[in-house]
Amino acid sequence: MREELLKILNELRPEIEFEKETALIDGGVLDSFDIVALVGDLNDAFDININIEDLLPENFNTVDAMLELITKLQGEE
Amino acid sequence: MLRNVLEYLEYWAEKDPQKPLFGDVKETLSRGEVRDFARRVGTALSQRLSGATGKPVAVLADRSLRPLLAFLGAVYSGNFYVPIDRQMPLGRIQVMLETLQPAAILGQRQDESLLGQLSEWPKKYFLEELLETEPKEALLKEILGNRLDTDPLYAIFTSGSTGAPKGVLVSHRSVIDLADQFREEFGFCEDCVFGNQAPFDFDVSVKDIYSALKNGASLYVIPKTMFSFPTKLIDYMNEKKITSVIWAVSALRILENLDVLSQKKPLWLRHVMFSGETMPVRVLNYWRTHLPDPLYVNLYGPTEITCNCTFFKVEGEFREGELLPVGRPFKNTGVFLLEDGKEVKEPGMLGEICVKGTCLALGYYNNPEKTAEAFCQNPFNKSYPERIYRTGDLGKYDREGRLIFVSRRDYQIKHQGHRIELGEIEAAAFALPAVKACACVYDRGQEVICLFYEGENPCDKEILRELGKKLPRYMLPGRLEYRKQLPVNKNGKIDRTALSREL
Repeated sequence: MREELLKILNELRPEIEFEKETALIDGGVLDSFDIVALVGDLNDAFDININIEDLLPENFNTVDAMLELITKLQGEE
Repeated sequence: MLRNVLEYLEYWAEKDPQKPLFGDVKETLSRGEVRDFARRVGTALSQRLSGATGKPVAVLADRSLRPLLAFLGAVYSGNFYVPIDRQMPLGRIQVMLETLQPAAILGQRQDESLLGQLSEWPKKYFLEELLETEPKEALLKEILGNRLDTDPLYAIFTSGSTGAPKGVLVSHRSVIDLADQFREEFGFCEDCVFGNQAPFDFDVSVKDIYSALKNGASLYVIPKTMFSFPTKLIDYMNEKKITSVIWAVSALRILENLDVLSQKKPLWLRHVMFSGETMPVRVLNYWRTHLPDPLYVNLYGPTEITCNCTFFKVEGEFREGELLPVGRPFKNTGVFLLEDGKEVKEPGMLGEICVKGTCLALGYYNNPEKTAEAFCQNPFNKSYPERIYRTGDLGKYDREGRLIFVSRRDYQIKHQGHRIELGEIEAAAFALPAVKACACVYDRGQEVICLFYEGENPCDKEILRELGKKLPRYMLPGRLEYRKQLPVNKNGKIDRTALSREL
């Protein structure tokens, strides 16, 4: 799952080293356009449905946080 | 007669000083407080600049209400302000300052290291420090008394095709006219609450600022991150009772993309107005379905004619694939279509959209060549000087006589609501040693800027990293394509048409 997520992220913003970032949102690395694109990609790739309650900065600040969110949503399916 | 936008502030601060004027997530300031703070900044600036007037004051802007105090302070000092996004790459900020030759640069404490890097400019001040100055009312009154309504109020930079951004210089008169037309046409009044989405270096925000000031309304600055996390956005809008939004199309589209309105709704909205790029009918229909009550208005116009020259109050149904009209001109604004030296009037025929009237900007600051190209003599008037602005946009009339925006004439695009000259991206990429040749093509379907480049080896990451130091984020190519050799046409120029076909 991690590899697939990293692949999506690298396609979105190839110049960023995602594994090293700890504040993707709070540090302003990803903007709202990235989030919109990312949410669509994640929904498709992992067959989940990220709704606006899940759209919180803390769920997207790191790769680990995103993985945690995906796992949680897959459990709910 | 009103000559200066400060007269709005003076009037309302006198009438009812307690009412909130500007707010953000951290603080809210009343009319009286805004006036006091702006007067302090004005006094301090005038003293530090030895009374100089009519000069540019660059303001490093963030997404708080503080830059507004700096803007109004610069105006109190008899100068004009130039908003510069503090998150712009340093290289681009320097190019802008080079063009401006600012009399002063204003920042906040948070900008200390950035200001330190701008070493060639001696007059740099912290807003916090200027706010400690006691206002000198007599001095400010004298400065204001000597101002003309044709004096510049602000300059806002837009992308330039040769690589250097252009500073569009706008007078008080044009902004006063804009605020008058918006009030009359859309019924803005004292109980409007504006939710400001557009950054201050983007002229969409001019409508928020001066509609709030003119009408004695309130303005709340919405932080950028809220658009990624819409639960907070809607809560904030409801907490501040936002009635009116004048947003970039891209902001409305984000809420549609994330399907926010079916889960949570803004409760106080009366005006939903948008501009910056063509509004997709799908997005508009989504908003109208979930929020049927507000007035929806499509606005059109480039920065050079002070925000907008035409409007369309949405009525009737539109189907996906249909083009939303940009409508008809505001009062006191002339708009016509020009093709081959003739005016186009019949429906369906294309022409370049041209504008005349009070709304025309004064020109591009310190750039007489570009000014002369874009602001020229009305070709139908041989009798006296009358300027028109040629927008470079192609338009046509529909059967009801409403104006429709069709496309750009040149290499300029609209991407994420920003006006971008593809030439500026090419110039930045071409300056990199690894790039031998390059061409930018916009994929309208996917909304991606694609940079084709030629060089020894593919080096996408390096190019993006280097471009990120010179260009704002929204100008970075979303896709890079390496070619050992780029195709050329018979004139020896890079063949963009062939490249577009490869998208």
